[in-house]
Amino acid sequence: MKHGQKRFIFTFLFIPVLIYLVFVAVPYVTSMAVAFTKWRGLSLNITFNGLNNFIKLFNDENFWGALSHNGIALIVLPLVIITISLFFAFLFTQGIKGNGFFRIAFFFPQVMSAIIVGVLWSFVYHPTIGMLNGLLGMLGVSSMKSFPWLGDPSTVYGAILAVTVWQAVGFYMVLFITGMESIPPHFYEAAKLDGASSIVMFIQITIPMLWEAIRTAIVFLALAAMDMYAIVMIMTNGSGGASRAADVVPRYMWEAAFSNGEWGYATAMALVLMLIILVLSIISLRFTRRETLEF
Amino acid sequence: MAISNWIQQNRKERSTFTVWKALIYVVLGFWAFMVIFPMLWATISSFKTDQEIFFSPWGLPAALQWDNFARAWTKAKLGIFFFNTILVIIPAITLTLLLSSMVAYVLARFEFRGKQIVFYLFLTGMMFPIFLALVPLYFVMQFSGLLNTVHGLVLVYVAFSLPFTVFFLTGFFKTLPTELAEAAMMDGASHYRIFFSVMLPLAAPALVSVGIFNFLGQWNQFILPNVLISNAGLDESQSRYVLSQGLYYLYGQQFYQSDWSGLFAAVTLVTIPTLIVYVFFHDRIEAGLTVGALKG
Repeated sequence: MKHGQKRFIFTFLFIPVLIYLVFVAVPYVTSMAVAFTKWRGLSLNITFNGLNNFIKLFNDENFWGALSHNGIALIVLPLVIITISLFFAFLFTQGIKGNGFFRIAFFFPQVMSAIIVGVLWSFVYHPTIGMLNGLLGMLGVSSMKSFPWLGDPSTVYGAILAVTVWQAVGFYMVLFITGMESIPPHFYEAAKLDGASSIVMFIQITIPMLWEAIRTAIVFLALAAMDMYAIVMIMTNGSGGASRAADVVPRYMWEAAFSNGEWGYATAMALVLMLIILVLSIISLRFTRRETLEF
Repeated sequence: MAISNWIQQNRKERSTFTVWKALIYVVLGFWAFMVIFPMLWATISSFKTDQEIFFSPWGLPAALQWDNFARAWTKAKLGIFFFNTILVIIPAITLTLLLSSMVAYVLARFEFRGKQIVFYLFLTGMMFPIFLALVPLYFVMQFSGLLNTVHGLVLVYVAFSLPFTVFFLTGFFKTLPTELAEAAMMDGASHYRIFFSVMLPLAAPALVSVGIFNFLGQWNQFILPNVLISNAGLDESQSRYVLSQGLYYLYGQQFYQSDWSGLFAAVTLVTIPTLIVYVFFHDRIEAGLTVGALKG
């Protein structure tokens, strides 16, 4: 009996763990080793390179540029997305009709793939046939006629960030609404008796009660900000934008690895970003820790 | 005193009622417009000729250009990309669910040596972003001859879907009552039998939720196929593209050979299945994704 159980456990774990080790664990572990090598091109001529990749990285302007764009996203995405989606979640509590329709419509972009969102918005931003310049023209803004939103270094990254906000707001709104539904109504009834307005109640009851969900949102969006690979690839057609104005580290890493064959260098880049993510997660979890309300 | 205050408050609320509500509708309506209008505009454009797209971007098409869709499906190979995606997704999701529920069941219900190791092995996999593993993964695939193959991509999708799915299902298996399994055990059923004919059916609701979560993740996956089904220039390789990279390729082509109407049609064609699935299952999708976020 006992023997049979051991065998059963082994049989059930063997294949999944093997697949996981080969395709996930081994690559992660080797990537840490590869980062310290000088490995270029398709040959297997791998030599130890010490910290040279990291020194080169430190002096690489393109890397700092890309990292600064991830940094901008790190501030902009959580701030803007959480503010807008909390605001919408609040509006949903105001007893309006058509809740269901708005909720379904707002959430849909989250389900769309990066490629659809990217191509769709490239149409919208297109200088001549695009919807945005068309709308601006109708509103009488003639200075923006044929303005290439994705071609101009001063606007390309902002335009991409706006798309990211557009896609995520509905999801976080639903996340917050779900959280709000689990707040016991007597909290509000008591506050209402004390004459609190709905905005005061939202700030003093809803937001503290939602803190766990908001914390989750911050961590998720911070991770998304450090990535941005797919949307930047698609909307800049793989280039990172004119003068690299919208480049992000994962895309630059992809270029180093798969265009230039600088495998060791690319992996060093990934490792540095990884460390930053790790530190950020610890910081954001520490700083947002709070007494959770029990009820 | 408090009660008269409350009545006063209520009266005040009623007088500001209409203005406040109207404002809410304006704000929500504006966002709904922002979400719906680009898609509607792209859909309408996909029925136009290139001439109409350029010279009357706001007008309706004079005649519906169904040919745009035919061109996107055959000449732009969208049909092949669709087929490839399904060929990858169906086995990938089936395997993900099967293997994850096996691991999750064992982790949730049995005590054995090395359990903690298995647990933390999967936990760490959930924390790291995919691109860190990208370069070595590429070489693992190359050395094992799995680069540019459908079954290779399936295995990678499964491997990267395992951690979250295992955690989701472990939590679920822990909540299931033990009595049924014990009763089956008394009747002499084997562990395998109990798993496949008692526990797995009980887990069906959780499997559906996490299955939808995986479907969306794998259907939309861009970074993995983009690297593992590569050699964009080669015609041979392009015939193995999945939808996300196929569309990316078409979009890139656009800069050399303008077929805007065909590209609009392609975008519409790719959006339609997602839209249909979403309209029918939006409750489950919403629940699956938000629960996934809160648990992950």
